[in-house]
Amino acid sequence: MKNSRRKFIKFAGMAALGWSICPSLAGARSGPRQSADRLRAERWAMVIDSEKLNDELMDKCIEACHKLHNVPDIPNDQNIKWIWKEPFYNLFHDQSHGYLKDKKSIPFLSLCNHCDNPPCVRVCPTQATFSRDDGIVLMDFHRCIGCRFCMAGCPYGSRSFNYFNPRNFLDDDQLVHDYPTREMGVVEKCEFCAHLLDQGDMPACVEASEGAILFGDLNDPNSDVRKVLRERYSLVRKPKLGTDPQVYYLI
Amino acid sequence: MLEKAIKGSALYWIWLLVLLAVIGVGFGAYLQQLDQGLSVTALNRDVSWGLYIAQLTFLVGVAASAVMMVIPMYLHNHKAFARMLILGEFMAVATIIMCLLFVVVDLGQPQRLWNVVLYPTPSSVLFWDMVVLNGYLFLNILIGWVTLQAERKRVGPPKWIKPFIYISIPWAISIHTVTAFLYAGLPGRDFWLTASMAPSFLASAFAAGPALLILLAFAVKIFAKWDPGREAIQSLAKIVTYALAAYLFLIGCKIFTAGYSMVPDKLAHWQYLYFGLEGHTMLSGFMWASTAAGVAALLILLFPKNRQADNILAFACVLVLISTWIEKGMGLITAGFVPTPMKEVLTYAPSGPEILITLGIYGIGFLIITVLWKVGIGVRREIEAT
Ligand code: SF4
Ligand code: SF4
Ligand code: SF4
Repeated sequence: MKNSRRKFIKFAGMAALGWSICPSLAGARSGPRQSADRLRAERWAMVIDSEKLNDELMDKCIEACHKLHNVPDIPNDQNIKWIWKEPFYNLFHDQSHGYLKDKKSIPFLSLCNHCDNPPCVRVCPTQATFSRDDGIVLMDFHRCIGCRFCMAGCPYGSRSFNYFNPRNFLDDDQLVHDYPTREMGVVEKCEFCAHLLDQGDMPACVEASEGAILFGDLNDPNSDVRKVLRERYSLVRKPKLGTDPQVYYLI
Repeated sequence: MLEKAIKGSALYWIWLLVLLAVIGVGFGAYLQQLDQGLSVTALNRDVSWGLYIAQLTFLVGVAASAVMMVIPMYLHNHKAFARMLILGEFMAVATIIMCLLFVVVDLGQPQRLWNVVLYPTPSSVLFWDMVVLNGYLFLNILIGWVTLQAERKRVGPPKWIKPFIYISIPWAISIHTVTAFLYAGLPGRDFWLTASMAPSFLASAFAAGPALLILLAFAVKIFAKWDPGREAIQSLAKIVTYALAAYLFLIGCKIFTAGYSMVPDKLAHWQYLYFGLEGHTMLSGFMWASTAAGVAALLILLFPKNRQADNILAFACVLVLISTWIEKGMGLITAGFVPTPMKEVLTYAPSGPEILITLGIYGIGFLIITVLWKVGIGVRREIEAT
């Protein structure tokens, strides 16, 4: 069931992708490469090493992601963010105390946690938000009705709604044609770069992080992510909510 | 029967024209919203539901008032409501239509609304809310129309309608419960994450709905010169009193839990509501007014003498509506979002277009109530004249 739905989504996504970016390209491109070296996992997870990250690196990660996914830069509170900087305290207020002075204000990266038990998927009335078999929580921009129930449901503020037409805030020359621009009135968020993984590439922020962000299969005991989680102390956000977030922070 | 809607006094027509003007302005604002998206609202990344969804929440409550007459009348054979029941049912029709409109104007992609039906998703409470709201609308139109037609022919309502009437009782409860579950089941929204959400929705509903019904009944008495019956209004007033007491009690319970446990995640929302946080104090004045109005109304209504004086009763009903409207229509939704999941504090105040669209939908609701009541009262008059 899940598998065929996934295939369908991918097919629909590809068709829409070619068409919505630039109709004239639709003939030229037949969607992303379906290479044999497609990256697969049973459970994708991300590990962010706060020791290795610095301000400059974080900016690079953010830029790489937002550029690749045509995320508009809207200068007000109706903005779109897939990955952004947030002080430690704001991310981990339930796991901090008053004397964490220096840690408190240090910026960390914040993005969708691709929860194993995602409330955003549970509440969506159209299944426009859904979990893939490998744990990635994806969006179907063409199905979303813009009810924003998922934004109320997400306990991490990971989702953004297109209050504006995002195309008004994108520079035509800077557009990346491998990824669709969205229309007004739908929700979007980090997608763990599912389309890159399907082409055999690692997520853009991982590539830009110079090793500070690891990405791998949590079900594989020998993967990088499992190794480092065994060796070092890590946090996830709001563990008591039972959403089972899959972005781990090494501290 | 509908011909009764087009025969009316000058006053009736002026009232309809005023409503149409309000609707027109609201529709204009909605066209602007369709064009520029929800960017014309004051909603944002953190407070992603606002005035529209709050009105849905408030009006779902009002819609239930019919059931507070159906129960006494059909389960306890309390005949005082016989004359007025149709008004309650028609009010339910109008308020549910308003609720559905508020859902639609809140959508980013309203033309895709049908997707909820194409991809039914039982895990989503919003899906169930759509089911129960539409079901309740259907039930009230059916019951209202069939019973009115039967009365007109001077016969009892047909037997087959009885099951629908009985079903409408739990169904009315379900619309609040499911609407409360929209909020009460979300992890990470501590203000809403409480089992008392559904009961307190019911309590405020059974206070606000009958209060509005009493006020409208008085309006009918004055403007249409038709008396819905003193006993019915007195019974409704008792219902308002009980429900108001329960509503205030449940608010007190919530405040106790947050205040005595002093769990910051719970407490912060109440502090934000009543005192403001980090200088964001816009809501606090309203919230104190809401609580004061609720308590004052209860103190008035507790005394049978006050309830029996039409003027005082009307005043108390206005207080009840002010109290519940502020609590549901302003406080409940915003305070659920603030402080945000990142513990940030902000103020949400609806924008001009948002307010105009909201008024426009209220205009539609009042238009429907006016026309339907005109028909209902017209039929009643006919019967009583013979
Ligand atoms: S972080 Fe939020 S948006 Fe991402 S999967 Fe979890 S609940 Fe959904
Ligand atoms: S806004 Fe879109 S993705 Fe979110 S719950 Fe509604 S339909 Fe689903
Ligand atoms: S995984 Fe991909 S989509 Fe998610 S933040 Fe990184 S670059 Fe952006």
